[in-house]
Amino acid sequence: MKIVLNGKSHETASTDLASLLAEIDFADAIVATALNGEFVSVDQRDGVSLQPGDRIEIVAPMQGG
Amino acid sequence: MLEFYGKRFGSRLLLGTARYPSPAILADAVRASTCEIVTVSLRRESSDMRAGQDFWALMKELGTHILPNTAGCHSAREAVTTARMAREVFATSWIKLEVIGDSDTLQPDPFGLVEAARILCSEGFEVFPYMNDDLVVAEKLVEAGCRVLMPWGAPIGSGRGLNNPYALRTMRAHFPDITLVVDAGLGVPSHAAAAMELGYDAVLVNTAVAKAGDPVAMARAFAAAVEAGRLAFEADPIDALDMAVPSTPLLGKALL
Repeated sequence: MKIVLNGKSHETASTDLASLLAEIDFADAIVATALNGEFVSVDQRDGVSLQPGDRIEIVAPMQGG
Repeated sequence: MLEFYGKRFGSRLLLGTARYPSPAILADAVRASTCEIVTVSLRRESSDMRAGQDFWALMKELGTHILPNTAGCHSAREAVTTARMAREVFATSWIKLEVIGDSDTLQPDPFGLVEAARILCSEGFEVFPYMNDDLVVAEKLVEAGCRVLMPWGAPIGSGRGLNNPYALRTMRAHFPDITLVVDAGLGVPSHAAAAMELGYDAVLVNTAVAKAGDPVAMARAFAAAVEAGRLAFEADPIDALDMAVPSTPLLGKALL
């Protein structure tokens, strides 16, 4: 199915958020996630099923002021 | 000593980590500043670049306290979600809360700021709100649970210094028990010293250090200015007068 990953269209076979992170090699990365604008904690990721058109944000530490 | 939500610090300079020429210069500037707290953000991570992972490794190596921000958020909802993500990633309940209301001046949206501060304080966050210098907004933020306020000196990155010293002085007088930090708009170390002389507890600087010709030397200069300004405040400066008062005694002057 097609989802929107960090603002770009992404084809995925994953059906939940934890699987998606593993699919893109982020399983052990220091990242936080949001689904359709709502924060999804690490513990919740494998319980969140993905639907076509879902907007996923994956963010990491970055320089900031 | 400087205190933020029960934690005490020796340095009264907080440093931003953005816009440095390189990660190595950023690291050298942080060390030269002797600051104990740096600000960071959250941004989209790409699986091929993984830039955030490298940046995080550098931050851990520096060993400073981390103050994550919600920079770039234009609504309370966006800022709250960002704060929740930051709490997980950085394992801290501290959040520098930014809700931007105007793209030209990056002026805070006071309504969104107060709304987000109420939600975050109720969720146990320790909020550092980036705000303008409005006393009523400050009061609402304190009512929401903020024990730190961070009024701007001038728009972010402008280097203009303290645009409204009167408002900053008034805020200091109104909130003697709140930790006050001048955040944003400082350009040169004398601006930082001026903020400290007003009795501010700390200053937060980013662009003025990062974009200086020699960021490491400028970090050292800001550290010295912050220390000088604080010493001056504690030493109780004299009041300004309109007329001269001779410093050399007139008594005993020879009649020539």
